[in-house]
Amino acid sequence: MLKKLALTTAVALGLSAGGALAAGGSDAKIENYAFSFEGLTGSFDQNQLQRGLQVYTEICAACHGLKYVSFRNLSDDGGPALPEDQVFAYAEEYEVFDAAIDDFRSATPADKFPASALANAPDLSLMAKARAGFHGPAGTGISQLINGMGGPEYIASLLAGYTGEEKEEAGTILYENTAFPGGWISMAPPLYGDDVEFADEDASTELEDIAQDVSAFLMWTAEPKMMARKQAGLTGLIFLSVLSVLLYLTNKRLWAAAKGKKSA
Amino acid sequence: MSGIPHDHYEPKSDGQKWLHKRLPVVGLLYDTLMLPTPKNLNWMWIWGIVLTFTLALQIITGIVLVMHYVPHVDMAFASVEHIMRDVNGGHMIRYFHMNGASLFFVAVYAHIFRGLYYGSYKAPREVTWIIGMLIYLLMMGTAFMGYVLPWGQMSFHGTAVITGLFGAIPFVGESIQTWLLGASAVGQPALNRFFSLHYLMPFIIAGLVIVHIWAFHTTGNNNPTGVEVRRTSKEEAERDTLPFWPYFVIKDLFALAIVLVVFMAVVGFMPNYLGHPDNYIEANALVTPAHIVPEWYFLPFYAILRAFTAEVWVVQLADFVTFGIVDAKFFGVLAMFGAIAVMALAPWLDTSSVRSGRYRPMFKWWFGLLVVDFFVLMWVGARPAEFPYDVISLIASTYWFAYFLVILPLLGIIEKPMTPPTTIEDDFNAHYGKKDGTADAVATPAE
Repeated sequence: MLKKLALTTAVALGLSAGGALAAGGSDAKIENYAFSFEGLTGSFDQNQLQRGLQVYTEICAACHGLKYVSFRNLSDDGGPALPEDQVFAYAEEYEVFDAAIDDFRSATPADKFPASALANAPDLSLMAKARAGFHGPAGTGISQLINGMGGPEYIASLLAGYTGEEKEEAGTILYENTAFPGGWISMAPPLYGDDVEFADEDASTELEDIAQDVSAFLMWTAEPKMMARKQAGLTGLIFLSVLSVLLYLTNKRLWAAAKGKKSA
Repeated sequence: MSGIPHDHYEPKSDGQKWLHKRLPVVGLLYDTLMLPTPKNLNWMWIWGIVLTFTLALQIITGIVLVMHYVPHVDMAFASVEHIMRDVNGGHMIRYFHMNGASLFFVAVYAHIFRGLYYGSYKAPREVTWIIGMLIYLLMMGTAFMGYVLPWGQMSFHGTAVITGLFGAIPFVGESIQTWLLGASAVGQPALNRFFSLHYLMPFIIAGLVIVHIWAFHTTGNNNPTGVEVRRTSKEEAERDTLPFWPYFVIKDLFALAIVLVVFMAVVGFMPNYLGHPDNYIEANALVTPAHIVPEWYFLPFYAILRAFTAEVWVVQLADFVTFGIVDAKFFGVLAMFGAIAVMALAPWLDTSSVRSGRYRPMFKWWFGLLVVDFFVLMWVGARPAEFPYDVISLIASTYWFAYFLVILPLLGIIEKPMTPPTTIEDDFNAHYGKKDGTADAVATPAE
């Protein structure tokens, strides 16, 4: 009875992983990095996000943009949580076009990050949700139930996945990358390790570590409300579970007489 | 309203009598809620409540989303991000709505397959079944148009593919496609009209749901035995049934709470699992995604659409016989809609005298295979159209049609069904180990 119900939902959920069914899985190598925000109660590592912001600012921002993210979000709880004066100072380093004065001015926390500077550099605001790192097995996407969709894992694997090989094709230089579908990407290797100097001298500047830092930051830009969502999810789960138990007991007692059993 | 004899609403106070004479709305609600319901309904009879709840959830969350959404090609994507980032609670409302669509289809498929197994479509419930199929079609249309609104890559290119299906209709196809899109290609006119229709259609669904409920309240619910409730007297009917309130309301709410636990887990912890990553990239007509994949709930029928390629002999035959009017593309479209049409025709294709699959030894296996077939189609629908997926989808599609067009009609003739219990009461008592003759089956709720 109840088993059937549970089974139906489980099967429907498992086998119907539509989005996960990203057709045409490639042979791309995606490292399943462990991020602090994974799991039911995992949360963003504030220090990691701040390091990631620094990597983004000093390296990625040269070409890429974050046009859906506001500077003020940098002070959000559950995110990088920068102090407000630092957010002001950070925003001031950017110039934005203001239609009201028909001129450029320095940005304030109310403004958004600039869009990509290069036409062929995609905006990174949502990149961690726009890519799935895991597809298997057999394209069913069931592995995502355990590993997550793998967006940040994909980004980190891509950043650390350059082999050093290059080739020229139709006037563009392509770089071999083990994580990129097809194996050849037009983005030059952006990180080599030791690319940034962190204020925290203990923080590792190894290639794979800063790749993870910036990936974590991009997960935050893609899903800034993740902490609030998980909290709502957990609260909802607890309340609904309690409600289920109460309704189960009510139902059992209600039906007991009809089923010829002694009522509880 | 119901054909099963039961107590009706009696206005008692003067106020009640006054209103009842002018508008018997309390009586209508009373009769609806107190409907005698077969007491042996199992846990597959809970999806109706889940569906009703989901419809309400989608309408309520949808109305809030519309307050912040902008149906403009340059602003739609950004307005969804605005909802996700800046609107208070917007990220939850949108994730509820987005995953609510999936919950809707999980529930409707469970509901449909329940009906297929227990023969709920058979006389006298054909009208309920047909209205249900209409609701299902409208749901698919609504879900498809809703998917267009975020104006992501999959929204845009999915729309191009799906409206392109209508373009495959001979002679008038292109005109129909242009008419649907309001232009020769997907753009602002399409977005605007899909937004309008996406808001309208749920209310048509709500209206049809009322008719759907009205219809089965007239015939009475089917039940796992497929045996009808005895209607000769109120006493006999009461031995087969229990009133919907409180017995089935509480039971269904319990099941709904369990379903919502799963739903909440999906929304809270993996809200994008059932979506496609490409839809987090803003629509760009110049960049086509490597693989255009519809949402999971369309995949079985998408697989059928793609299964019938020009290499299949049936398609070649159709092409030859119709002098090329029915080409492979149009054949695929016909097959896709036909797959739903044969399901709608099940009441007239099933020739068996026994209603419930529980008492049909051969049917059980074929039905089980149909369920497996459905999931196989769902799987291959998301795979590239290449070997071995093309062969698998052709076999699976063929089985889908064979089940409805060949197996259902034949089984009724060659199968020797078992004998169902004489009454629902017998089935219920056998299940709960009660001896016959205990007349206290007409239970009173525990105090």
